[in-house]
Amino acid sequence: MHAIFAAAILATVSQSLPRPSARPRRIALFVTCLVDLFRPSVGFAAVKLLERAGCTVDVPPLQVCCGQPAYNTGDRATTRAIAAQVIAAFDGYDAVVAPSGSCGGMLSHHYPGLFDDDPAMQARAKDLAGRSYELMAFLVDVMGIETVEARYDGAVTYHDSCSGLRELGVKDQPRRLLQSVDGLALREMKSPEVCCGFGGTFCVKYPEISNAMVGEKSADIAASGADTLVAGDLGCLMNMAGKLQREGSPIHVRHVAEVLAGMGDLPAIGEPGRGEPG
Amino acid sequence: MESTAHHFRQNVGTALADPNLQDSLAKLKVGFSERRRQAAERLPEFEALRDRARDIKNHTLANLDFYLEEFERKVLALGGHVHWAPTAADARRIIGELCRGAGARTVAKSKSMVAEEIALNEHLEEIGIEPIETDLGEYIIQLRREPPSHIIAPAVHLTKDQVADTFLEHHRKLGFTKRLTERNDLVAEARYVLRQKFVDADVGLTGANFLVAETGSSMLVTNEGNADLSNTLPRMHIVLASIEKVIPTLEDAAVLLRVLARSATGQESSAYTTLNTGPKRPGDLDGPEHYHVVLLDNGRSGVLGTEMQEILRCIRCGACMNHCPVYGAIGGHAYGWVYPGPLGAVLTPQLIGVEDAGNLPNASTFCGRCESVCPVRIPLPKLMRHWREREFERHLTPTAVRQGLALWSFVARRPRLYRRLAGLANRMLALFGRAEGRYRGLPLASGWTRFRDFPAPPAGGTFHAQWSRRRP
Repeated sequence: MHAIFAAAILATVSQSLPRPSARPRRIALFVTCLVDLFRPSVGFAAVKLLERAGCTVDVPPLQVCCGQPAYNTGDRATTRAIAAQVIAAFDGYDAVVAPSGSCGGMLSHHYPGLFDDDPAMQARAKDLAGRSYELMAFLVDVMGIETVEARYDGAVTYHDSCSGLRELGVKDQPRRLLQSVDGLALREMKSPEVCCGFGGTFCVKYPEISNAMVGEKSADIAASGADTLVAGDLGCLMNMAGKLQREGSPIHVRHVAEVLAGMGDLPAIGEPGRGEPG
Repeated sequence: MESTAHHFRQNVGTALADPNLQDSLAKLKVGFSERRRQAAERLPEFEALRDRARDIKNHTLANLDFYLEEFERKVLALGGHVHWAPTAADARRIIGELCRGAGARTVAKSKSMVAEEIALNEHLEEIGIEPIETDLGEYIIQLRREPPSHIIAPAVHLTKDQVADTFLEHHRKLGFTKRLTERNDLVAEARYVLRQKFVDADVGLTGANFLVAETGSSMLVTNEGNADLSNTLPRMHIVLASIEKVIPTLEDAAVLLRVLARSATGQESSAYTTLNTGPKRPGDLDGPEHYHVVLLDNGRSGVLGTEMQEILRCIRCGACMNHCPVYGAIGGHAYGWVYPGPLGAVLTPQLIGVEDAGNLPNASTFCGRCESVCPVRIPLPKLMRHWREREFERHLTPTAVRQGLALWSFVARRPRLYRRLAGLANRMLALFGRAEGRYRGLPLASGWTRFRDFPAPPAGGTFHAQWSRRRP
């Protein structure tokens, strides 16, 4: 009797557990507007990492922006229109992955709430939310990746971007993968979880406050002893790179995906040189 | 209190240029958050308690009328009095009349943010009654005639040296002519000066952390014991509290107290927790002869049932401001009114009008640290966003922002047009920035380039352009 019960339970358990065969294969990359416009190599790094993990990657051509500029300015009507456009663009993929916690969080945490008065659209928004991921969380938590094959000779400090950290729980995943990079040493700063002061339009609407925040961040980065700063969101990276460089700091700034994909030899953010990835 | 929230930008400039303030904030940012983190870690059930605290407040708000009436019944049965004050002016008038009726010349006050909200001190002075702040921080800023800059640490913006100067200036006439430099000496001097004032006071006025409907008690936590002197020595005790402070039972209070002190200062509990339950009874050795509770609405009932209701869960621990990087940069005075930080960014527009306080909910990166530490799990960024939505609907958003957004959204909703324009912008920025890799100045982006370089994109085109070349 015992054996029969055990067999029944184990069969159910084994069917319910996620298996490699059940892992999403057909992935849509949500490039994000900042990566598209200012740092295409981050998109190619993401593609490389996803393909190495065994995914087939598509880049749906009708994607533009996730709508955060409108959402955070209080323009709900425009946000809904843009969300509907994104939902349509990513229809039918097993998973949608963004090299950004901020844009990933917008899709997975904020879209459903935009359609409280439209059950049909809300169902589609929830469906998209359920299969949208930030890149690091997707690689580690969904695809089960533990290590990457890459080399980076340097001392790296990792900044936790706010949405990734607090909305999506991205914290250990990028650090685990970074630790598997040959030649790389992780040096934590004192307050990696404190906001860098970017905040989308915040940084130009309240430049003095933003400057005070990023000034404090750059001091923390410098005190870590690292020669390279990485993070998972390009907005934060451009803000911190811009401040470090204005201060004359020699610290290089890169997206975490670039370092993990072995593209750490590209010119860093805000540094001159040809940037088309090989 | 007179609001300067509409001068937010000027306030920010002043705050950032104040070296004493920046010194004080540097200490606050590390101290409070570190102590809260350790306190939370020491208590395995802390997260579960936060859920319970949230649920208790939600339940109370859903039945607020019931619990307020229950509280009133209990207070009356104890021989106390309850006064309902729809507005700040009503509360001022009621308290003024009570003090006059008691023949009061001085009122000993323990720290109350609601008293700040209704500008009680100014009113008492106008009618010839001297209010005496007995909380050390409140006492210091009363001497300096400054508003509080933090809801639990009202003088946190000041350095020890500034306090020493203030005491020397004001205590000289009482015979204290030596400028003190040690923290303990400053506290001892204030204690000495205040002690006689407690004894002389005719009325004691306190706020309340909680009003317990089950027993009719008002509950107060302090670290200085000043509230206990304020409410036991004078003949009359007036409790001033806003309506959302009521909770059902003592059991509920126990849950809320466990998250309150840990979230606020990282203490397991505050040094003093006091329950006031009606006036002195026959046979009691001490206590006030007269006991009054003033229940203030001042716009809160209008928040019930709206998308902002969750802000009424707030138990005023101050954790949101202690963890807010914006508060950490500019301090409390820049917010321009009684409640600073994320709490103020949501509550101030409600209480004094979003026309006046429109900057407050906008001056946030939505980093979410406030929500992650709030003991009653108020989704502060979401509520700030709701304010932005209301501002946008009412055309209060600045014209330049609206126009920029309209242009951007026109393009963002046309992917093919967007792609062409993005390609153009990318090539221009790459071309002119190729020598240095970045810009030190950019037209239309001075908000950025005033303080930061702007990274130029590398040559080769946008991601989408490169992708379609490689994988057609």
